Amino acid sequence: MPPVFSRFRHRREVPDDAAGRLPPGQYLATGFPVLSAGPTPHTPLSTWTFSIERQDGSALKSWTWDEIQALPAETVTQDIHCVTRWTKLDTEWRGVSIDTLLGAVEHDSDYAMAFCDGGYTTNLPIEDLTDGKAWLAFEYGGEPLDPEHGGPARLLVPHLYFWKSAKWARGLRLMDTDEPGFWETYGYHMYGDPWLEQRYSGD
Amino acid sequence: MAGTAVQRRLTWTVATVTGEVRETPSVRTLLLDVPGWAGHRAGQHLDVRLTAEDGYAAERSYSIATAAEEPVSITVERLDDGEVSPFLTDDLQVGEQFEVRGPVGGYFVWEKASGGPLLLLAGGSGIVPLRAILRERSRTGSDAPVRLLYSARSLPDVIYRAELDGYGGLDGVEVTYTLTRHQPPGWTGYARRVDAALLGEVAWPAGENPLAFVCGPTSFVETASQGLVGLGYRPGRVKTERFGGTGGA
Amino acid sequence: MEPLDGNAVAGELAEVFGTEMTTFTATCGSCGQVGPLAEVAVYDMEMGIVIRCRGCTALLVVITRLRGMSCVDLTGLAALEPA
Repeated sequence: MPPVFSRFRHRREVPDDAAGRLPPGQYLATGFPVLSAGPTPHTPLSTWTFSIERQDGSALKSWTWDEIQALPAETVTQDIHCVTRWTKLDTEWRGVSIDTLLGAVEHDSDYAMAFCDGGYTTNLPIEDLTDGKAWLAFEYGGEPLDPEHGGPARLLVPHLYFWKSAKWARGLRLMDTDEPGFWETYGYHMYGDPWLEQRYSGD
Repeated sequence: MAGTAVQRRLTWTVATVTGEVRETPSVRTLLLDVPGWAGHRAGQHLDVRLTAEDGYAAERSYSIATAAEEPVSITVERLDDGEVSPFLTDDLQVGEQFEVRGPVGGYFVWEKASGGPLLLLAGGSGIVPLRAILRERSRTGSDAPVRLLYSARSLPDVIYRAELDGYGGLDGVEVTYTLTRHQPPGWTGYARRVDAALLGEVAWPAGENPLAFVCGPTSFVETASQGLVGLGYRPGRVKTERFGGTGGA
Repeated sequence: MEPLDGNAVAGELAEVFGTEMTTFTATCGSCGQVGPLAEVAVYDMEMGIVIRCRGCTALLVVITRLRGMSCVDLTGLAALEPA
């Protein structure tokens, strides 16, 4: 049993109205921690695209930055939960619903692999990217999304652990079967439901 | 090597704070008693882990401030937005305990056999392992000449100031400060961040085959180490250790 | 976000490998750059340890520690040798 300090993080007590909003094992974050598996990419908007790809990697549809900006966007307030145990409540984002993007193509896939500048990938069921559960977000807190936090645009899938909300997102590659992305390959859970504490494979 | 101690796998153990030194208003040295401590080398560090009542745990690394054979202590600088450092500098009491893992590190270390001439470049709290190296040099009676260039915000921010001023150019140790934010009245020393020109004036010429240790925030280490390579230092003779946070350079 | 270097994960590496690793010489499998593990670019350190080549940013090593087990992927390295 390690030494325990009641005075350490004493100021980070959970306010009463937030208690039910913390998934098991989570703590309230005060800042917005930056976790990256690699250097921050800086793709010029003039060459940036977001694509939906077939399983073989060929593009089904692709949007330029201007084309994404022309799509209907919404502002949403969401709680986000990182597998490293911090939770941020009431974060404000603006972006295009993934329903809008997937709705522009015809497909019968059940899964997708999000791919990103810098090579990061993460897998998600199509079911978890649709019906208002996911966005391609390009604003945070009313400001353009900072490159350190995934700008110009990142995936936002708040009902799953935040490693699924891939930063510097450049597209979705449709898949018939579920395949592990970057962290999933190294033992993190294929699905990642914070309310079931699905942090690691087998949880 | 100290005695015939069995090599144990490195893991967490509980240290007791046996004393403290307030080095500056935001910097505190903690003297530690670690059961079974098998000794350390100058330049190594300790990993520290604090656990809160709700089970939350945070880990950080702190350089050991003393030479080999000296009692182990760490020097911690309070980072304004830090989570762990303010607790260690302002809250933790002598007599309390916390988890440590170490000593850690085999690259950023100096022993008498490593020789010199030595160039030590410190950015803010990067002075900590370099001070351990200076103490090791004294402890072992090494005659390797040393030049220390220490970048700090102001004179009150200089850690171990009395000890460093005590060298006074004697015993082959030259100490140069550069104060980047505030200088005392009448200051004739350097007053800017370390750059190639400053290094050119202070560092040993490359032809002397010096051994350099550069420690501090990442940006300081990048600028300083590149500056040394630009002066002709062999990359294999420039050892670097980058700290997180922007502390004090 | 500026990466730290191998010194920052010396303790983790020692726990996983059972010995001090930062003096080991790493050869990047992508660009061939050679240097001590103490000087590689270290990212993340929360989800896992992600080690990249300081020269070309290629992935060298990924370590995750889950439920008391370590997952170590060294396939980005062409070589890892004692000093």
